[in-house]
Amino acid sequence: MCSLAELKPGQTGVVKSFNDEYLSLKLLEMGVLPGTEVEMKFAAPLGDPICIRVSGYNLSLRLDEAKTISLA
Amino acid sequence: MTEHAGLKIALVGNPNAGKTSLFNQLTGLKQKVGNFPGVTMDKISGSFKLTDGTPATIIDLPGTYSIYPRSMDERVVFDVLSDSTAKDYPDVIIVIVDASSLERNLLLFTEVRDLGIPTIMALNMVEVAKKEKKSISVKALEREFETKVVCINARKGLGLEKLKKALTEKITEPAEAFFQAKSLSPEIVPIIKERFDLKNDYLAYQYAQQTYSKQFLSNGEKKFIADAKVKYNFCDRQFQTRETVERYQGIRKKLQSVINDHGKDINETRSNKIDRILTHKVYGYAIFFTILFLLFQSIFKWAEPFMDMIDFGFARLSFLTKQYLPDGALTNLIAEGVIPGLGGVLIFIPQIALLFCFISILEESGYMARVVFLMDKIMRKFGLNGKSVVPLISGVACAIPAIMATRNIESWKDRLITIFVTPLMSCSARLPVYAILIALVVPSRTVMGIFNLQGLVLMGMYLLGFVAAILSALMMKYILKAKDRSYFIMELPIYRWPKWKNVWFTIFGKSKTFVLEAGKIILAISIILWVLASYGPGEKFDNAKEIVKKELETNQIAAADYENRLSSYKLEHSYAGRLGKMIEPAIQPLGYDWKIGIALITSFAAREVFVGTIATIYSVGAEEESESTIKDKLRAEVNPATGEPMYSLALGVSLLIFYAFAMQCMSTLAVVYRETKTWKWPILQLIYMSGIAYLGALLAYQLLK
Repeated sequence: MCSLAELKPGQTGVVKSFNDEYLSLKLLEMGVLPGTEVEMKFAAPLGDPICIRVSGYNLSLRLDEAKTISLA
Repeated sequence: MTEHAGLKIALVGNPNAGKTSLFNQLTGLKQKVGNFPGVTMDKISGSFKLTDGTPATIIDLPGTYSIYPRSMDERVVFDVLSDSTAKDYPDVIIVIVDASSLERNLLLFTEVRDLGIPTIMALNMVEVAKKEKKSISVKALEREFETKVVCINARKGLGLEKLKKALTEKITEPAEAFFQAKSLSPEIVPIIKERFDLKNDYLAYQYAQQTYSKQFLSNGEKKFIADAKVKYNFCDRQFQTRETVERYQGIRKKLQSVINDHGKDINETRSNKIDRILTHKVYGYAIFFTILFLLFQSIFKWAEPFMDMIDFGFARLSFLTKQYLPDGALTNLIAEGVIPGLGGVLIFIPQIALLFCFISILEESGYMARVVFLMDKIMRKFGLNGKSVVPLISGVACAIPAIMATRNIESWKDRLITIFVTPLMSCSARLPVYAILIALVVPSRTVMGIFNLQGLVLMGMYLLGFVAAILSALMMKYILKAKDRSYFIMELPIYRWPKWKNVWFTIFGKSKTFVLEAGKIILAISIILWVLASYGPGEKFDNAKEIVKKELETNQIAAADYENRLSSYKLEHSYAGRLGKMIEPAIQPLGYDWKIGIALITSFAAREVFVGTIATIYSVGAEEESESTIKDKLRAEVNPATGEPMYSLALGVSLLIFYAFAMQCMSTLAVVYRETKTWKWPILQLIYMSGIAYLGALLAYQLLK
């Protein structure tokens, strides 16, 4: 099992669960649901934050936040 | 119904869905900015006429992804939609939905629709979706979501008539709620419905979810809900999670018959190509700093002629007033207090307009989100946020528009820190003060072959401001308690050409707000300062004319100097002069005398007043008020205690440091008050900045003396 933070640009994964309740509420609202496919697009020049593709749009989040998302 | 009989509409939608464009298209310039009770958020409303001539007012609610609030601004959305007794409670809601990311936009739509207020869907950007080879069946969308759907193009203003017509028609209510609130909390929903006389299940459920953020509930009512929640085991977050997941599942299922996706994101790939350059390790930062440089240049250079014009215009107006109105206190008040005060407000407009022109172009195009993306990691180290970059940089031009630009920082703590430290950046008003002091005490010498020492010192002053701002932010990071957790989950919108109408409305709106809100306070303080500087206690002030005349006669000074001597004498014996002398003991350790004291007091209004006040005190005639004459006068000034020149290196550095740090700008204080809606922050800022100014200047003077 790995987290979203470990994906390399171009790799995809399917969201499995969250380990931070507060952030998960926000992520759910933004369409990051368990069972949804996410694609890692690119990272900011300093490696953080990152940009992912989910539910048809680009979403950026910090690495710390990406770590709370486990992928199947 | 309020005083405007007519239809009350609330406009709701995701950020970047085209809400502002639609609002501007519907209302044109018939907009007004007001306040929502208790929040630091402008309430922007406007009016227009429906197709049958019925007047309508529309409120532009802040962009949000759901009705569960994350920031203070988002809280407004649910407040307006849930209190049926409030005067802003809408008859109809328009939810603007971005067709190119339908799924996410529909989450908010279904939440809003479930509140039981008649709701219309304005489907925007269908053409973007089409380009992506997604065909959307409007019929199926209407059927599946039981709503009236009107296709619009908010940027081009298409479909507005259809929307206005739809608003005149009866809106059929959906047969049942999209999400069954009762399924999660079968006991609480009926209890709250009965207690508060509500008709809608979901609204009752939301009363339980958002009890404490609701302004209109009394403490007793809040307690009633809280007790019921404990009794029936109502778990906010768990229920919210289940609700959101359930809604998305429902939306996805229903969308299968609505969207026919041939899956090829043309815009997305184009955006990605642009992103590869704009967020590149090297080019990304290079482009960002080039844009910054342009912004900086424009605010400095392009605004200058306009500011000079305003300055000249008001000086002229003041002169004419004196000439044409009868002599007297009232004329003086108008000519020397009110008109310069007004000028002091209006002179900032070119800078505010230019800054917001740039900011709204960057925002409209989608580039701003990338700046935030690029800078977040660096700024976070200092308790700031990627979104603090623009305000900090703008602060070099002027703190006022910079502080107004902090609005889009969601985290209250990050925003407050940004507001607090921005005035430490050396703004353009400090430049004339720096210029004259540096010219006075720093020798014009070439160092290391190419650099001018004076230029280096000037650059050092800007650096000093920046370092002070960053370190203060770092300190506040540890002192301030966060009201809400900072997070960075943010949409990176696709790149688009800016819509000029929106840019123009932003410029117009921001300038208007500044003049009306901050202007009042600036004007009031200007008048107070004028009174202090023009009136004085006792005989010495009342008989100023005779005393100065006598002095001129005994000292054999040319009569031409009379006016200058008189104003200098009057200032010395005015209340401001008295104050200057009163604070002399306090500022003596910094190397200042009462003359500088007066300048410190008057430049509380605005720093650049320093130069003018110094000119008056040393009775430099108005016609020769140029930098070189002031400099000569200052250079000739002798310190009575030591017999050495008054403006020594120690005094110069001490003054430079004082002006770099001190909060001497009532316009900024007024804006901070406006943005934080409390006097606590401007007062703390005043104390903090004056404190480090004093200590810094003290240290500098004592070490260099």
